[in-house]
Amino acid sequence: MKLESKVPSGPLAEKWSKHKFDVKLINPANKRKYSVIVVGTGLAGASAAATMAELGYKVTAFCYQDSPRRAHSIAAQGGINAAKNYQGDGDSVHRLFYDTIKGGDFRAREANVYRLAQVSTDIIDQSVAQGVPFARDYGGLLANRSFGGSQVSRTFYARGQTGQQLLLGAYSALSRQIGMGTVEMHGKTEMLDLVIVNGKARGIITRNLETGEIKRWAADAVVLATGGYGNVFYLSTNAIGCNVTATYRAYKKGAGFANPCFTQIHPTCIPVSGDHQSKLTLMSESLRNDGRVWAPKKKGDKRPPADIPEEERDYFLEVKYPSYGNLAPRDIASRAAKEACDDGRGVGESGLGVYLDFADAIKRLGEDKVRERYGNLFDMYQKITDENPYKMPMRIYPAVHYTMGGLWVDYNLMSTISGLHVIGEANFSDHGSNRLGASALMQGLADGYFVLPNTIGNYFATAKPEKTSIDAPEFIQAENEVKERIQKFMSINGTKTPAEFHKELGHIMWEKCGMARDKAGLESAISKIQALKKDFWSNLKVTGTAEGLNQTLERAGRVADFLEFGELMCRDALIREESCGGHFRVEHQEEGEAKRDDANFCHVAVWEYQGEDKVPLRHKEELTFETLQLSTRSYK
Amino acid sequence: MKIKLHVWRQKNAKSPGKMETYSPSDVNPNMSFLEMLDVLNEDLIKKGEDAISFDHDCREGICGSCSMVINGRPHGPSKGTTACQLHMRSFKEGDELFIEPWRAGAFPVVKDLIVDRTPFDRIMAKGGFVSVNTGSAQDANALPISKDLADKSFEAAACIGCGACVAACKNSSAMLFVSAKVSQLALLPQGQPERMRRALGMLRQHDEEGFGACTNTKACEAACPKEISIENIARLNRDFMKATLFYPEHESSANE
Repeated sequence: MKLESKVPSGPLAEKWSKHKFDVKLINPANKRKYSVIVVGTGLAGASAAATMAELGYKVTAFCYQDSPRRAHSIAAQGGINAAKNYQGDGDSVHRLFYDTIKGGDFRAREANVYRLAQVSTDIIDQSVAQGVPFARDYGGLLANRSFGGSQVSRTFYARGQTGQQLLLGAYSALSRQIGMGTVEMHGKTEMLDLVIVNGKARGIITRNLETGEIKRWAADAVVLATGGYGNVFYLSTNAIGCNVTATYRAYKKGAGFANPCFTQIHPTCIPVSGDHQSKLTLMSESLRNDGRVWAPKKKGDKRPPADIPEEERDYFLEVKYPSYGNLAPRDIASRAAKEACDDGRGVGESGLGVYLDFADAIKRLGEDKVRERYGNLFDMYQKITDENPYKMPMRIYPAVHYTMGGLWVDYNLMSTISGLHVIGEANFSDHGSNRLGASALMQGLADGYFVLPNTIGNYFATAKPEKTSIDAPEFIQAENEVKERIQKFMSINGTKTPAEFHKELGHIMWEKCGMARDKAGLESAISKIQALKKDFWSNLKVTGTAEGLNQTLERAGRVADFLEFGELMCRDALIREESCGGHFRVEHQEEGEAKRDDANFCHVAVWEYQGEDKVPLRHKEELTFETLQLSTRSYK
Repeated sequence: MKIKLHVWRQKNAKSPGKMETYSPSDVNPNMSFLEMLDVLNEDLIKKGEDAISFDHDCREGICGSCSMVINGRPHGPSKGTTACQLHMRSFKEGDELFIEPWRAGAFPVVKDLIVDRTPFDRIMAKGGFVSVNTGSAQDANALPISKDLADKSFEAAACIGCGACVAACKNSSAMLFVSAKVSQLALLPQGQPERMRRALGMLRQHDEEGFGACTNTKACEAACPKEISIENIARLNRDFMKATLFYPEHESSANE
């Protein structure tokens, strides 16, 4: 497997403009001769599909939801970062770049991150032009707030619904193209395999989720914008349908999977309430602008929070990280909360929770101001927990939220398979081993609006994909394999439901490959997952039929891929003998803080599939830092 | 707690459907409504039966997927709440619940509680946007917009496209949905150049899809999980009237 990052030469700040000039262009009249498949229509997919159609390419887009407007980008709450420096507080492209690299614990590629910071400002301009109603000040200019891991206010927001408003903006751009006939959109359609012809990605196999029809689709390039794999943990803040299938199928067809063990555990989620729980709900990081995190100082203190006097409260983030306080980055804040709970100082019935307290903010700003800033989040909290956060502090606990790992891509966002491009959360590129808050929306839209539409033309112009059709033997074979697999799911007729297997897998992953990992735990997880996989293929029960709508069958396919993928994650976590960002190996720490090993692990780990039940090969892309100095990440 | 459910079961668009009765075990008041259905579905699969199909995804009240009528009310009894955010503590021991799909001619049933809501996407494609290609935008702060207008626009933009407004309306009108998008953009300077064309195009498609007219009963506003105001419908009607009376030239371009 060749891992050429294709980072352009020259000074960091000029690489992207130089590259845009150097890439080969396709003349406007010829663009319509090139077709591209986009799988997934969240922020990255919808913005890419719309923009490529505007340029003149023939786009066919797919999503598993009934409408692109429902992709899980919609649930992003807090905001989107951009280096606009509208607040005049010392922000710049370089500072956003620096914060992102440092936030990611020096495990991301410099050139990609710098480009991300550069185009961040264009995203805000584009979104506002589309009519995205960002929050504004009385003077009519855009408002900003702060997010974790930065000391400037660079986060643009639309109450607690920023993801919704940005996605609806991208969806409106996509709708415009659909109306003009330049994008052909297929909702309720799931990609089940990638088709490769002569070493190039040339199409996909899909299942229509309403009719069950299996179909072949060919194009000159394929773009995966299928999001992250947080649902491998069963419980996460992802939507129920989020899955790894598209990227995992691509991995099995030869695409390198980078840093699968890099997952983000978000510190402020509503704690689990019982065994019936189907998903976890995030409380936006923006709440940490005004909320103070604390736990009782005494172990097992079961008094109601109001009865615990000030001097018996441990505001652990403010104490441990005085310069960032409650806005310490996510990985660090999560671990600190876990420590407090492991120490027996957790709150709530389960003891797995700490307080996020707004009493001071309400005293300072008044309840109305707090309601204006966070009203929808407070309402959501109250609906779920039946507790009023205006009157008593929220209870929060860390939960799986985002995955930094993903398919490996070069500077052009192309995977190790020629013609297969990967954008948004589905790729690995920009967040290293920990993503900063409000950077996911930024990356998804940067990739979709501004990066891929510039680089894909270069692929068409240089690779010159030859003619192919859905009747090529590679397509027929892939279709047959998909059909056989579905037949297999339907015919096992065992005793356990897909959800039961999913829950068991999630339990193993959370215990052994979650917030704290160690060698023995990861080794036992690998063998447990292998046993569970065996059980799955002999004891699965799927009712209903393969034809028509069957949500149990859909779930079975996704869980089958999660089972194999979970093992890959554990392998990756096992070999990375260091702690960095969200990857915390208990063997590697210094005074409770993550201890990196730059001598041995300053690289991207890229896994190459070797066949059923074979150990995959691990390759490396060495990370070189030309501009920044590798340093210990400190928020103290 | 123990409850009794009557759930609409329908194999596909062509087969007739009917209510089936279930008595789910172990209902915990802290469960969400959909988690209660999950638990019931696990039992059904174990018994070899087909699980109840229902649309759902984010389960945090924002994607607009979930769509069921509970005891005659879209998304159930709690105000401003989607079915996924409804919790079983809203019901009491021994309650009998009737669960049905959205009922509207323009939203045919796909299976059980799932209906086809693609008409909404087709309405959006007829004008629910500002025509601005990527890369052609000016600096975002070059266009100040008063906070009041931006906030009002946001309130309209909060629509999640779930279709509860249609299910609640005796005319199966989707005017609240259309007006939310039209208002969001009509309130902003960015939306002005296409304002008339947008109102015409989206309403024409609305009618073509078979949604009914608005007769101001406000049932939609009461059912809307995002509490979108029917003030938006008034704004849409004004724009539509103005467009048909004074801008007939937009009529043809809206149909392009």
